[in-house]
Amino acid sequence: MRQAINRLAEGGRIDRTERLSFRFDDEIMYGHPGDTLASALLANGVRLVGRSFKYHRPRGLMAAGGEESNGLVRLRQGGRAEPNVRATEIVLFDGLVAESQNRWPSLRFDLGALNDRLSPLFPAGFYYKTFMWPANLWPSYEAVIRRMAGLGKAAKSGDPDRYEKKYAHCDVLVVGAGPAGLAAALWAGRTGARVILADEGTELGGALLGNGQQIDGRPGTAWVAGIEAELAKAANVRLLPRTTVGGYYDHNALTLLERVADHLSKPDQGQPRQRLWQVRAKQVVLATGALERPMVLANNDRPGVMGAGAVQTYINRYGVRPGRRAVLFTNNDSAYRVALDLAQAGVEVPAIVDLRAQAPLGWRAELDRFGIEVMADRAVLGVAGRNAVTGVQIGKLNAAGNGVVPGLARRIECDLLCLSGGWTPSLHLLSQSGARLRWDGTPGCFLPGEAHQAVRVVGAANGDFMLQDCLTLGAGAGKSAANDAGHQHRGRGPRKPVAAVEADPTPPRPIWSIPGPGRDGRKSGGKAFVDFQSDVTAADLRLAAREGYHSIEHVKRYTTVGMGTDQGRTSNINALGIVADALDVAIPQVGHTTFRPPFSPVTFGALAGGQTGPLLDPARRTPMHGWHQANGAVFEPVGQWHRPYYYPKAGEDMAAAVNRETLAARTSLGLMDATTLGKIDIRGPDAAEFLNRIYINGWKSLAVGGCRYGLMLGEDGMVFDDGVTARLAEDHFHMTTTTGNAAHVHDWLENWLQTEWPDLAVYCTSCTEQWAVAALCGPNARRLMASLCPGFDLSAEAFPHMTWQTVAIPGVLEGLEARIFRIGFTGELSFEINVPAGHGLALWEALMAAGEKYGITPFGTEAMHVLRAEVGFIIVGQETDGTTTPDDLGMGRMVSSKKDFLGKRSLSRSDTMRQDRPQLVGLLTDDPGHRVPEGAQLIAGNNPAPPQRGLGHVTSSYHSPNLDRTFALALLQGGRGRHGETIHIAYDGRAVPAQVTAPRFLDPGEAAK
Amino acid sequence: MLLLQCPWCGDRSEEEFACGGEGDIVRPLVPEELDDRAWGDYVFMRRNEKGIHFERWRHAHGCGRWFNVARSTVTHEILASYQVGDDRPELPE
Ligand SMILES: [Zn+2]
Repeated sequence: MRQAINRLAEGGRIDRTERLSFRFDDEIMYGHPGDTLASALLANGVRLVGRSFKYHRPRGLMAAGGEESNGLVRLRQGGRAEPNVRATEIVLFDGLVAESQNRWPSLRFDLGALNDRLSPLFPAGFYYKTFMWPANLWPSYEAVIRRMAGLGKAAKSGDPDRYEKKYAHCDVLVVGAGPAGLAAALWAGRTGARVILADEGTELGGALLGNGQQIDGRPGTAWVAGIEAELAKAANVRLLPRTTVGGYYDHNALTLLERVADHLSKPDQGQPRQRLWQVRAKQVVLATGALERPMVLANNDRPGVMGAGAVQTYINRYGVRPGRRAVLFTNNDSAYRVALDLAQAGVEVPAIVDLRAQAPLGWRAELDRFGIEVMADRAVLGVAGRNAVTGVQIGKLNAAGNGVVPGLARRIECDLLCLSGGWTPSLHLLSQSGARLRWDGTPGCFLPGEAHQAVRVVGAANGDFMLQDCLTLGAGAGKSAANDAGHQHRGRGPRKPVAAVEADPTPPRPIWSIPGPGRDGRKSGGKAFVDFQSDVTAADLRLAAREGYHSIEHVKRYTTVGMGTDQGRTSNINALGIVADALDVAIPQVGHTTFRPPFSPVTFGALAGGQTGPLLDPARRTPMHGWHQANGAVFEPVGQWHRPYYYPKAGEDMAAAVNRETLAARTSLGLMDATTLGKIDIRGPDAAEFLNRIYINGWKSLAVGGCRYGLMLGEDGMVFDDGVTARLAEDHFHMTTTTGNAAHVHDWLENWLQTEWPDLAVYCTSCTEQWAVAALCGPNARRLMASLCPGFDLSAEAFPHMTWQTVAIPGVLEGLEARIFRIGFTGELSFEINVPAGHGLALWEALMAAGEKYGITPFGTEAMHVLRAEVGFIIVGQETDGTTTPDDLGMGRMVSSKKDFLGKRSLSRSDTMRQDRPQLVGLLTDDPGHRVPEGAQLIAGNNPAPPQRGLGHVTSSYHSPNLDRTFALALLQGGRGRHGETIHIAYDGRAVPAQVTAPRFLDPGEAAK
Repeated sequence: MLLLQCPWCGDRSEEEFACGGEGDIVRPLVPEELDDRAWGDYVFMRRNEKGIHFERWRHAHGCGRWFNVARSTVTHEILASYQVGDDRPELPE
């Protein structure tokens, strides 16, 4: 079993008294509370943690935080398995199981590594260049690509965990709890402002946890503990550790992902795994820090090449030394402190290689004490070793930094190379907020430019790399943010923290790509990686530039640089520099790519929150729903409504059930739940005038007690809803709309009343759910009604078609009356009985009981569709598609010539007057048993081969037991003039001949009256 | 996620609202007198301003009222929020 050979005897923020066991691939190892998976692996001497994406090169850990590009693992198992988790962000827990990725069959022996040897075959733009032709081979290309590419495997079974969403408001949101963020939160919090402080890490403190810096004469971590204790006690401050602020949207709306239980083996009882916050902040302070860039040089991806700052964090925070003999290569001052920390931890440090001609002087005495040689004006040209670093080759660059001065090469053996290519402020969130970034050549990075929202940037994110600046400016930003949010300090603010004095920095020397050790400086000596996660090298970027990709956005897409889950955290600036050099322009001319949310990957679970399974979408059910269920209905979703589709009896398939229901309604008695129809109560002295403007037909002449069918158009003249509206009183109407369009129609009415015709005194109230509706139809409908409403005159003379009455139904509605409408949608004698929703089920059951002797048959939406199509009634959205006028449907005669109404003027535009517009027709296939699919195209000839000029399409198609054949409705160009002609219905490579007819197959006749 | 000011309900999140597109479009009083082009302009043609856009919003999941908003399409800054029927407010340069 492995021993923790790299664990230091003391130091770090880990608890050595407790052991946590974990498994990585097939090996069981131990770590301690306070470890991440990454620090525990390093402590156990594990160097190889994954294979790279494209070339399957062996890779080790390179970072200690969220910028890790190599150490991506599959964490946990079964439904909780999650791919592509950064080992540096996984808090170690007992029993943790993780697997390496991108390797087969094993991490040590990986067949895909052949890609590395074959790499001349995988240049930039490889996919675009290779898998182009012939197109019909694409499916087999895709299968190969899918197997080789992709990062990790997702879980196959359901996710057992629960996720939450939460909304919050605050005065000041501070992002990042390093020194600057803590100071900002403290100063803002002392004013009484509502403060949220969010940080990705498990512990507050940021860089102070790992860099050993001092504040107020004591360790920085002690200062952090003091601040944290105060903030934790403050009622107006909310601390959110393990929380990544991932999105910065308009008007200071930010999204936060809180990993509530990811540090546990599974969530505690009742605990969500993650919580997605949406926070609206009056002021935002970004203290998001900076990330260290690697150096781009030959074989800079070998396991054992790490960021200098990361190495420092492993030593100071985790008590782990990542190697035994370390060389540092830097272009700035920050590596010097790391060299000393390494030496103090017992790591041999033969040299610091510094690109600058003048190395900083302040460290001399301490470096000498440990015998660390400073090699100024030198560069590491390449790395030796394959599965682990074994040494580095060192040389001198020419003044331009693009070639090697011959004759000064030197090799140093080592197992650890620490790189510091300078620091990149993390400005992803600021950029998302709409702010501009400006290039500053002195530190060699982008810094915050003009902001568009109420946001301040402090600390390293603002290019303030000195600790004292982080503390002072952080405190100032916290105070002014609170002030701007309306809060002031009462009395004096907190005492100002003082950092240990730091020497003024020596300016860095940015060289974006170190020339290779070959004689002319061009011979590479190995791949020099820029983006480790996407496997993009400096040579790929130069090739893209040579091939004409000059926009950084194009270079990004062509080479995939910065397109991994890390969004190019460590690669963006190096890539920009290399492209700018290749194009011989300055970096600001190349610009930077757009940062888009989220900053870090977000699980689908968190995005869905509680809206899964039955809570995915609200379900609307009628009062009779339980009866439908108990009687075996199959349901169909119509908008959010669940409507009975058909009611199969034992042994019946859908076609048989629909046939039976359709026949019953025509021959005896059918009953349908029509509760879902949209209903709008329209009231006011101008109600009739209002309807006159909304509908194409006239409404002023409609008598109280009457009903009328109406069509509504958009201003473009196209039909958008239809329905029957009844006049309840002089100033009172009851409008019905199609089920799926009810809310839209209501919005439409309100739109006109509020914005265009505020002078009309009309009030609209949705009453869809206040009324339950049973639609009774068939030759026996009147007989049944008579038994239910004894003494009420139901004769056609007393209660004619297209009228309504209030009727008592004894035994069903005590003390209430039903509104009964003599209207229907089937062409049969019909009664639509409306009762207050709470009585819907009683009504339904009474109708079923009383109708038993007539064989009353409940029918669903499918039989209703067949019945209405037989008599040529349209359904808006089926016979219409937003380009259909009343005349196209054969309803041109309904259009009133006596008034204006919405959409009227559009009916006389040249296009709507065309004679060859698609018009509603019926279609009867030559083969009466052949049912064509809805949506099929109409063509003239019997040859279906493309290209074809489409003449229209089938809108409805059914089998009718009443006709004993199939039939269809269609929109056909100039269709009204083509009755009797034969056209063809094209689908599935066939052309089915059919005769064009009038769009009506049965006559409602006298029975309906 | 915009923060919109409903003139009746105050500051509310964008998800409570429905955008109704360009505002201040007046329906012609006598459409029959318009030629096809003029009517087509009213029905179909909309501004696509880079800069200040006057638009209508409805507090769909709140009070249900329509109101007008002046919004910068560049920064999404809301420069004004006012009731239907009110005149366009003076905007700062
Ligand atoms: Zn409102």
